[in-house]
Parts: sequence; structure tokens; C-alpha cells
Amino acid sequence: MSAQTRAPRDAEELASGHLTATREDARTARRRSLALLGSLLRPVQARAWATVALVVLAQAAQVAGPALVAVGLDRGLPALRAGDAGPISLVTLAYLATALLGGLLTAAVVRVSAQVSQAVLLDLRRRVFRHTQLLSLEFHERYTSGRIISRQTSDLDAFRELLDGGVTTLATSVLTMVLTAISLAVLDWRSGLVLLVAVVPGIVLTRHFQVRSQEQYRRSRTASARLIVRFVETMTGIRAVQAFRRERREAGRYGALAEDYRATSNAAIRLHGRFDTGLTLIGNLTVATVLLVGGLRAMNGDLTVGTLAAAVLYARRFFTPLAQIGMFYNAFQAAVAALEKLSALLAEEPSVAAPVHPVPLPAARGDVRFEGVEFGYGDGPTVLPHLDLHLPAGHTVALVGETGAGKSTIAKLLARFYDVRDGRVLLDGVDLRDLDPRDLRRAVVMVTQEAYLFSGSVAANIALGRPGATRAEIEDAARAVGVHDVVMSLPQGYDSPVDKRGVRLSAGQRQLVSFARAFLADPALLVLDEATSSLDVPGERLVQEGLSTLLTGRSAVVIAHRLSTVMGADRVLVVHDGRVLEDGSPGALVEAGGRFAELHAEWRASLR
Amino acid sequence: MPSDPGGAVPAPSAPRRVGAVVSRLGTWLRPVLPRLVLGGLGALGASLLALAVPQVLRWVVNGPLIGGGNLSAVVAAAGLVALLGVLEAFLVWTRRALIASPGTTAEREMRTALFDHLLDLPIAFHDRWAGGQLLSRSMSDLSMLRRWMVFGLVMLVVSATTVVVGVVLMLSTSWPLGLVYLTGAVPVIWLGFRFREDYKVIARRARDQAGDLATTVEESVHGIRVLKAFGRGEDALEEFAQQADELRGTEIVKARTLSRVTFALGTVPEVVLALTLGLGVWLAARGAADLGDLVAFFATAAVVNAPVERLGQLLAMTMDARAAADRFFEVMDTEPALTDPAHPLPVPPAPPGGSRVELSGVHLRFGAQQPGARDVLDGLDLVVEPGETLALVGLTGSGKSSLLGLVPRLMDVTAGSVRIDGVDVRDLRRADVRAMVAIAFEDPVLFSAPVAENVLLGVRGLGEDEALVRAEQALAVASADFVADLPQGIATVIGEEGLSLSGGQRQRVALARAIAARPRVLVLDDPLSALDVSTEAVVTQRLRSMLAGTTTLVVAHRPSTVALADRVAVLEDGRITGVGRHSELLATHPHYRYVLTALAAEHAEPAR
Repeated sequence: MSAQTRAPRDAEELASGHLTATREDARTARRRSLALLGSLLRPVQARAWATVALVVLAQAAQVAGPALVAVGLDRGLPALRAGDAGPISLVTLAYLATALLGGLLTAAVVRVSAQVSQAVLLDLRRRVFRHTQLLSLEFHERYTSGRIISRQTSDLDAFRELLDGGVTTLATSVLTMVLTAISLAVLDWRSGLVLLVAVVPGIVLTRHFQVRSQEQYRRSRTASARLIVRFVETMTGIRAVQAFRRERREAGRYGALAEDYRATSNAAIRLHGRFDTGLTLIGNLTVATVLLVGGLRAMNGDLTVGTLAAAVLYARRFFTPLAQIGMFYNAFQAAVAALEKLSALLAEEPSVAAPVHPVPLPAARGDVRFEGVEFGYGDGPTVLPHLDLHLPAGHTVALVGETGAGKSTIAKLLARFYDVRDGRVLLDGVDLRDLDPRDLRRAVVMVTQEAYLFSGSVAANIALGRPGATRAEIEDAARAVGVHDVVMSLPQGYDSPVDKRGVRLSAGQRQLVSFARAFLADPALLVLDEATSSLDVPGERLVQEGLSTLLTGRSAVVIAHRLSTVMGADRVLVVHDGRVLEDGSPGALVEAGGRFAELHAEWRASLR
Repeated sequence: MPSDPGGAVPAPSAPRRVGAVVSRLGTWLRPVLPRLVLGGLGALGASLLALAVPQVLRWVVNGPLIGGGNLSAVVAAAGLVALLGVLEAFLVWTRRALIASPGTTAEREMRTALFDHLLDLPIAFHDRWAGGQLLSRSMSDLSMLRRWMVFGLVMLVVSATTVVVGVVLMLSTSWPLGLVYLTGAVPVIWLGFRFREDYKVIARRARDQAGDLATTVEESVHGIRVLKAFGRGEDALEEFAQQADELRGTEIVKARTLSRVTFALGTVPEVVLALTLGLGVWLAARGAADLGDLVAFFATAAVVNAPVERLGQLLAMTMDARAAADRFFEVMDTEPALTDPAHPLPVPPAPPGGSRVELSGVHLRFGAQQPGARDVLDGLDLVVEPGETLALVGLTGSGKSSLLGLVPRLMDVTAGSVRIDGVDVRDLRRADVRAMVAIAFEDPVLFSAPVAENVLLGVRGLGEDEALVRAEQALAVASADFVADLPQGIATVIGEEGLSLSGGQRQRVALARAIAARPRVLVLDDPLSALDVSTEAVVTQRLRSMLAGTTTLVVAHRPSTVALADRVAVLEDGRITGVGRHSELLATHPHYRYVLTALAAEHAEPAR
């Protein structure tokens, strides 16, 4: 059985809130997400602090503005009236200098912060891509391609929003507020006290927003992932959608998910709107209070008019960045939700783990042993109950049996796509789980029915078998499997781009290209899993000829339901329900008159 | 992993003017325009209120404070400021509440419109466009557009208005100072234009690169089995990292461009303000301006400078949004090359003996073909008689699959015609043609849905029970007994989000899907290629009896599939070179013999 039982939904989805999420899960997710953020920022620490320093200086230059205006009005004006132009000239020059400096610094902040945020983004992109490549097939089958894509596109975008303006905005805003508050306290500490009182309702409001928006953004991330999953699946299967007139139905399903996503985004935006309104209200009422308190004191002569004007200006300036801080906090909440998803993906352990002490195998011979192997996919039913098998080096062994008998499973275990539940699989006496992964990949190459081509040239697709191969080597490989003439007939020969999913080539031609890959890879053990099913008869013959040269002195495991391929093998194993029923040379098995002999008779009949 | 950044994207169309983009977006903006305008007015009101506060301050300083001190006047002034503050908060809330929902609604409408359009575009379009480019348009570009509509556009209008009103206020407060301030606009406007030209090119490049990156991600996930089989994860990472690094480079160039305008917009107003400070104090010393005016002037200037500085960011956002809009319209403006006719003919009545399919003088040519190359189908004539099963035999890549695609109108002929019961398929609605014709692709496409739903994809208008019976019958014909053994039988979810099936299992579900539709014409593309010999024999036998009376065109690569057919047609060099019974063709047609029997190598002499 190649059908696999789906593992229960992972913790990441539990935490995302569309199943009942416990507070504990949510807290773990947030902690993990913040830890990821920390680890991303650590390498750019120095530059990040440099950015902050630039921000401080830029802000200092900006805050100096109103102070210089106050000095100009309070000191420069009386002096000038008294006939002394010195002070006001000085103030004007100082203002000019700070203006220029402020502009330069602000421009520098834009540059440096982009460098920092782009470095962080590149780091995260690499990490996620690398990790998904490391994760085992079992994970990919459970997680679905659409969700991995949404992690690497939409979630990364959400994080990017924060980096893009967020951090600078925060630094700028906080600094403005701190510096303004200090200036105000120095200017007139009583007015400063009024500001301090205003902080209390601000904190209460922020806490309220934090709790709500966190939940909302988690929902939003999940909704966006679902939308992407549907988009990718529909576009991948567009042929079937159109051929079976499912356009309206698919549009309906997509529309419903788009509405879900809209609703969650909308709710998040409204939440932010309420937060923003609350902050504005608190700020404005505080300014009025400063004016009232200061005005009363100015009336009594405790405060000069210039100072009052400056105090009120400072108070306003203190609260102006609050909306920005609100926006930053909003972006932060969205980014944390995205990082929760990303950190959960990064926390996935490959079920096929890299060995702690890898055993090198520089020159593999291709001797394979299955010792007491028991296997099943995930938590699913047992597929191979107990398998003992020795495939000596240099032989071509064919696996025969009905669909679902376990042939492909044996092949996948050989390539270590999965690990056994019990027993072990040995290559040249080394347990695959201990073998250096690089040596394993060099020694064992598997060609499957699914001949996936990447966008790029035909040559690049063949070179996937051995990066760095010369054009001559690539062409030799293509010639060996008989696809050279086909390639040469394409508009740009080997440089012809292969369109999305390689559609310009027929299914048979795609299989030939993936054979050429295997040829180029030149492994000690070649595993062919139904790799010839789409070939036509002449194509299969060409591949056979090529294989016979390739396989001389090499090991091969061939799974094919075309007995034409099987009859050329040294040995045939008939597999049924995960057990080997018959084992022998093709000729001997036909003589013996068992299951294989029946298949052989049917095949002979089908040829006519 | 080969990649071809940008290669999969058709050249971008000429960039549009911002005005043109806005008017194009109008379609989606119009329904939400009233709320958008109201919200914009709210934002404008809030911003103007912020400008009013300094005026109140001037009144307070000039009136109650200097003019002798009056308790009730101070309280009234503070009260007025408080009132204005509450009003501002209310207006902030109005903006958020009014704009959020139209923004997300417009985004959803655009998203579903894009999806609907993609569903309508023919297969040829989807073959040409990389998946990530479409996905990035549907997600990140549209979300960019939404943010611009509700934030960028509104803030641009608000900021510009605030600046204008502020400058008018400054002029009325003190016209000489106001004029000096106004001269600063000249360099700012000039720099703004230059910035726009530079930035829009880079903004577009960044978005295209992000789309390519999404394509690489998608391919790395869909091609994971190939990458694993060849152990090419690290190489894939390297290419991805290189691409991501290019994107990073573009983003940094973008930031550098932005930093230039940031410098200008930050410095120029402050420099001008420094000059006005000197001038203002000089004027005041000469008695040409009073202190209250100066205070109000600089307070207003402080409020005006913030939106001026913000203009740089807003302009950048506008350019980003424009690039996003261009990318969106690029797809939306692609006219489907394959459409329903303006005056569709009615579906011809089904003849009692079965439908007749007639291809006459059919030419098929792909856009990417070399100019001198022969058409893929080169004046092909073929008739499938009512009720018969005709096998199509030819070398891999000879155009068999393309020919099949013509019948359900997944592609259109370049010249010639395809007729079903005498009616050209191009004169019928696509949905009508596809209801008459069901197809089973060689690459079976399954969706994340229960088996039953996958099988019933082309079935319309049946009750639940009848549909289930239909699905079970079809699965029985396709010999898909394995379905009964799945955890939930026919209700088991398969596809990416469910159980993964083996190639042979998938192929049988896809075959059952075509059968279940009970079409007038059945088109099968090598439907048994992944089946083992005994299963193939069973399916052939059942299919044969089921197909009686259904006109069927089947691509065959082997004699066993040909056994399904009444007659065989040989496709060679884009034409049909022979039609007849299997045994006749074997005896008389050398190409047929070559294509179909070369592999009976052990049993017949090899044919060259």
C-alpha cells in the first residue's frame, strides 16, 4: 500500500487558533517566535545598533528645531531689539547646521536600515528554504506544498512589513518621545509630570490591543495560507478544472476563502483603528491639560509666554509619534504571528535524520541488504512486515507485483526517503542511517515515474544529475538515452527553456530527460521506479540499450510493469503484500510456473 | 536547480501613468468610493484640526496671557483645545472605520477577479506563466494595492492638502516669512520628479524578482522528490540564495534612491525654516511682526514639515503600488486566446448511434516553434465514426496529446477544423463542448477532495445517491478496487491534503472520472500506462464493454492499449499516414510496426 495515513494536525495549526488552542500552546508559539526573531537579529546586532545611533543623532537634530526657535524668540529677539544681531545670527546658523545634519542622518538611516532588514530577510529566507529541503518526504506529504509556499511568500512578506519601516519607526518614535519628554522636563518639570500621568491609560490600552490583535493575526495567517493552498492547487490542476468545467465551483471555493481572509484582515485593521483612536484621544487630552496647567501658571507669572509655547509644542510633539508607535506595534503583532508559523516550520525535525557520526563511503559497490526490515508510513498500517533480502553488487534486480504490493516502498527505503521502523537497510555493509548523506546520494539515484522538470534550459535540467557537468557530458547522457535528437529539434537546442512543469515536452520525452539526469549522475546503484511507463516502445528500447551500457558492473533495482524491461534483469523478485513470494532468474521463474509465469503469459498475450 | 529568472514572464507592457492606473483601479474603487472619500475627509479633518491647534495657541498667547490674564479665557482656551482633540480622535476613528472595510473589499474583489480571469485563460497561457509570478500577483501585489488605496492614496491627498492649507495659514500669519518658506518648494518638486523616474523602474524590478523567487520556491516544493532523489537540496539552496540575494540588491538600490529624496524632503524645509527664523526675528525687532504671529508661524511650520517629510515615503509607496498595479493589469489585460463564440450554436442533438468526430485539414503550431519548423499537426484529417473506439499511435512527441486537447477545445487549431456531429467546436460554448467530451490526462490531476468528488468532477445534475452509484460504477470499470480498502472508502480525502496514491491508483481514479461523466466523446491519453499487466488486462476488458456506443479516441503506446480499439490511426510527421485494424497495419505499415513492436525484441527481429 502506498496510501499513507495522514498524521494528526501539527501543533503549529493547533496554535493558530482554528482548532481549540490552549493558552499554553499560544504562549509557547509566541516564545518560539520571539526566539527566532532574536536569533535573526543577533548577526546584525552591530549594524542594528549603528542604525539606532544614527536615529538618535537624527532625532537630536530634529528636536533641536523647536528649542532653537524658542531660544531665537526669547533671547535673539530682545538682543536684536537692543541692537545686538549676534545671538540671532548664531541661532540661525545653528539651525541651518542641524537642518543639514538632520537630513543627512535621516537619509543614512534609510540606507542602513534597509541593509539591515534585507540581511535579516535573506537570512530567514535561506533558513526556511534550507530547512524545507532538509525535511523528509513524509513531512512534505503531510504539510502540503501550498502551505510551504505560503510560509515562504506571504508569511515572509508579513515579517518584511515590520522590518521595512517598523524598526526604524519605533526607534525614531521612541527617541522622539524620550528626547521630547526630557526637553520638556528640563524646560518645565511640572508640565513633564502631566505627561507621566498620561502613560497609565496608554499602557492599559496597549495591553488590551496586544491580546486581541495577536489572536486576530494568527487567524489572518491561517486564512492567507488556506487561500494560497487553494490557489496553488487550482493553478497546478488547471487542465482538469477546465476540461471538467469546474471553473465556477473553484471560483466559488476560492471566493469563500478570499472572503475569510478579507474578514480576518478587516477585523485586524479595525482593531488597530480602535487602538489608534484611543492613543490619539489620550494624547490630545494631555496637551489640553498641559495648556490649562501652564496657562494658569503663566497668568500668575510663574511661567514665561515663550516657555509655555515651547511646553505645549513639546507636549504635542511628544504625542505625534504615538500613532507611529501604534502602527509599529500593529506590524509587530502581524510579524510575530507570521514568525510563529515560520518558527514552527523550522522546528520540524526531519524524520529521516542526518547521522551524528556519518560513515563515509567514497566508492560504493552497490551491495544491498535488507535485514529484518519492518516498515509503514507514519503511524499508518505496516506495509512491509518483515523483509530479508540480499541484492549483491553488479546485478540488475527487477521487482514485480501488483500496484500497492510494496515495490515502491522498497525502492524508497533504498534511497532513504524514509527510515525503517525495525531492522536495517545496508549499503556495502553500512546502515543507511549512518551513511554520510552526500555519499548516499552519490551512490544511490532514484528515477521515478514523476519526471518533474524545473523552469530553465533542457541542459540545466539534465545537469541536475551532476552540477558542473560539461556540455559534452550532458549531450553524451542525452545521446545515451536517445533524447539528443529530440533536444536538437527544439528551437534553441539544449538551451531551449523548458516551460512550467516542462509541458512543451511530451510525457515520454520528460521521462527521457530524467533518465539522462540519472545517466549523468552515474550512481553505483540505480533505482528505477516505474520510470519507463510513459515511454513508447522505441523510446523504451533506446533506454534499454543505454541502460545495458550504464548498468554493466553496476547494481540496479528496477520496478516495471512492462515485462519487456523485467525480462532483461538478472533476477526477479515477485512481491505481494510486502513479502517476497518468488525469487529467481526470469527464465527460471517462467519455468517454475508460479505467479511470475502467469504474468509472463498475460504479457505475451498482450503483445499481440 | 536550473532557474531562469524572469524568463517565464512575458515582457512587461509599457508602464502606465499613475493617473491611468487610478482610473483603471476605478472599477474596483467605485463601489467603495463614498466610504473612501468620507474616510479621506475624516483624515483630512483630523490633519487640519492639528493645524488649528497652533492658531488657538496664538490666540491664547496673544489674548488672555499677554493681555492681562483672565482665568475663564485660559480655561476656555484649554477646553477648546481639548474639544478639538476629542474631535480629532473621533475623525481618526471615522477614517479607520470607514476605510478599512472598503479597502479589504476592493482587495478581495480584485483577487477573485484575477482568479476568475486565470480560470478563463487557456492552458497555453498557464503553460507560459510561472506559478510564482501568478501567486505573487494575487497575494503580495494586491495587498500592496490595498494598502496604497486606503493609506497611501488617502495620506497623499491629506498630506498635500495639509501642506497647502498650512502654507496658506503661514502666508496669512506673515506673508514675507511664508514666501520664503514657499521658495523651498521649487527644489523639492524638481527632486520629487527625478526620484519618481528612478524609483519606478526599480520598484517594478523588485516585484518581478520577488515573483521569480516565489516560482523557485514553488518548484523546489513541487519537485522535492527529484531534488531528494539526486540529493540536490544544497544546489537548489545555492540557486535560491543567489536569487534572493539579487532581490536584496534591488531592494538596497531602492532604499538608496529613497534616501536621496528623504534627504531633500527632510533638509530643504528645515533649512528654509532656519532662514525664516532669522528673518522673522529681524522683522519682529523692527516691529513689522508681533511675537504671537512668530509663535504661530513656527508652530504651523512644525506641523507642515511632518507631511512634507512623509511625502517621500508616500511617493515611494505610490510607485510600488503602480508597479503592483501594472503587474496585476498585465494578467487582467491578457485576452483569453480561446473564448466562447459571440453567437454560439446550440449543442447538436446526440445521434442514437453515437457522435462523430471529424478533424479536417488540422494544423497546429506553437508560438515558440522555430520559423522554419514543420507544424506539429500538419494538415491532418481524421474521422472517428459514431460509437467506435479509435486508437492513435505515434512516436513520443509526435503531437498525439496535442491532438487530443483539440477535441474538448483545451487548445484551438491554427487552421482547419474539429467537428463533433457536424458542428465546429469553435462555434459552441466551451462549457458545452467540454460537457460533450471527457478527457483522461496521462498526468492524472487529483484534487484535495474525497475520491467520490474527484470521480464526479464532470458529472452534473445527479442526486446524491445516484451520483454515488455513478462514481462506484466508474471506479469498478477502472478496476479501482483499492478504493474500498481506503480508511473511509470512497469518502476518503485524497490529493495533497489527503492520502497520497500511487501512480497506478491515481491513473485509475482519473480514468474513472472520465468514464463517470458519460460523455458523448471520450478522449483518453495513454490511460493504462501506469498499470501492471494483470490490472491492465482487467481494465481493458471492462472498458471495452463499457465503451460500446461511446465514440472514443485513445492514445496508445503499446499493443495492450490498442486492444481497446476497433481501428487504429498512425500519426507520423503531423499527419495520419494509415488507418486500419491492428493486424492489417502490422502487416502493411512499417512505421506502425516500428512504433508498436520494436520492443518485442526478444521475440521479433528488431525493426529499424
